[in-house]
Amino acid sequence: MSGNMNLTLKVWRQKNKSDKGRFETYPVQDISPDMSFLEMFDVLNEKLINDGKEPVAFDHDCREGICGMCSMFINGRPHGPLQGVTTCQLHMRSFKTGDTIVVEPWRAKAFPVIKDLAVDRSAFDRIIASGGFISVNTGNAQDANATPIGKDDADASFAAAMCIGCGACVAACKNASAMLFVSAKISQFALLPQGQPERNQRVLNMVAQMDAEGFGSCTNTGACEAECPKGISLSNIARMNRDFIGAQLSSQKV
Amino acid sequence: MNWFSKMFASSIGQKLILALTGLFLCTFLVVHVIGNLQLFKNDNGLAFNLYSVFMTTNPLIKTVSYLLYFSILFHAFKGLQLAYKNKIARPVGYAVINGKANSHWTSRSMGVLGTIILVFIVVHMSDFWYEYKFGNIPYAKYTENMSTGEVKFERYLSEAGEPLTINSKKEEYVEGNNKIIIVKDLYEEVSEEFENPFLVMVYILAMFAIGFHLFHGFQSGFQSIGLNHPRYSPAIKFLGLWVFSILVPALFAAMPIYFLLIK
Ligand code: SF4
Ligand code: FES
Repeated sequence: MSGNMNLTLKVWRQKNKSDKGRFETYPVQDISPDMSFLEMFDVLNEKLINDGKEPVAFDHDCREGICGMCSMFINGRPHGPLQGVTTCQLHMRSFKTGDTIVVEPWRAKAFPVIKDLAVDRSAFDRIIASGGFISVNTGNAQDANATPIGKDDADASFAAAMCIGCGACVAACKNASAMLFVSAKISQFALLPQGQPERNQRVLNMVAQMDAEGFGSCTNTGACEAECPKGISLSNIARMNRDFIGAQLSSQKV
Repeated sequence: MNWFSKMFASSIGQKLILALTGLFLCTFLVVHVIGNLQLFKNDNGLAFNLYSVFMTTNPLIKTVSYLLYFSILFHAFKGLQLAYKNKIARPVGYAVINGKANSHWTSRSMGVLGTIILVFIVVHMSDFWYEYKFGNIPYAKYTENMSTGEVKFERYLSEAGEPLTINSKKEEYVEGNNKIIIVKDLYEEVSEEFENPFLVMVYILAMFAIGFHLFHGFQSGFQSIGLNHPRYSPAIKFLGLWVFSILVPALFAAMPIYFLLIK
């Protein structure tokens, strides 16, 4: 087809956690501009398998920007050159024929490489398990309007709840800090009445777990906000800082 | 560890220390620049010299100045420590990184800018603070005619032209119709130092470093203590840009330039 592209990919290959890893260069031909970035990788892997070689391991699931699994660091930016999209939503029309594209895994001590471009993001799960929930009794769901919530708070909470846990914030941050993610997960509850009973303990536990996982400390560069596919705002980090200080000063636990 | 040390050992606590000491240093800069504006007064340094005595003898200001030295050291130490910790949070770096696509270079260079400023503070303190406290700064003698208000300035010298000293930073007495003030002449020291174009260059470059450091640092400090709101954040950003990263460093830089080129 006319308009299709020929590209050169420089892809990080790493057998396993302990392998040192290296870049491999692969030419890919006849790529449609309407393909997603992941579909382009499917084409590459197809070819590698046909050639009897090991396909490139990469994370993906929904392929529509909602699961947060895809995680490629493309030409120096998480999820590639566009703002507000995940790698699965990035189309090849953002590139032109002849381009060389460098693809790396998320880089952070807390996100060790499992294989090639797939990294272990279970640190995020452990942070959630440490307090990123509300405790409710099981049984019948209560009436939806039983607890009044102001529209502004509901909107801000929903905006924080947009976070898909992809880790692009960590990948983009020069300090590999997870504060945008953690602050979104704290804010979504801090803004709602249901989040109040565990509010102090939540922020203290989640921040402690975040530190224990080995993420860096935020220096407010704003790279996370700029690269977040869901537009999570830095004001969430300020809220987390505020809540953290408040919880330190007011927690009932001594 | 009790809750207090745990709080400051956490990642947010570290930011908090940097923010609080940093913002305190910002308020100091404002006081420092306003006081030093007296260097521009055409009075042979009388106002500036008296101000220097006041700033180094007033017990309240002396107490705050110890807090200031501590803050400078603590801010620098914590900043470098944090930079190191943040470095090891990414043991394997990226081959390609496009930082300017998502952040301002100043925000990514705080450690380097801060180190330049720290070196500058050492140079600056040994130039003036150390000299004033321990060095041989000459004395100046101002004779104020109390009826006309006219002030005559001379070096405080013996008949033979040797510099004379007194046992304190300042002495004031009345002789007939004249008020005599003998005071350590820091002003003279300043104007001598700034005859050196190389030193003036160093000072100007350091002011650029301070301006860039505060362009990010001032507003970042508020974010770290949790103050980020559409109501007041624009005002904080405005102050950070116009006052702390432009006006204050520009006024400071104007001082050596004034002595080199105009005085
Ligand atoms: S805050 Fe944004 S970048 Fe970070 S994990 Fe959530 S969605 Fe991804
Ligand atoms: S694969 Fe689900 S967000 Fe990209």
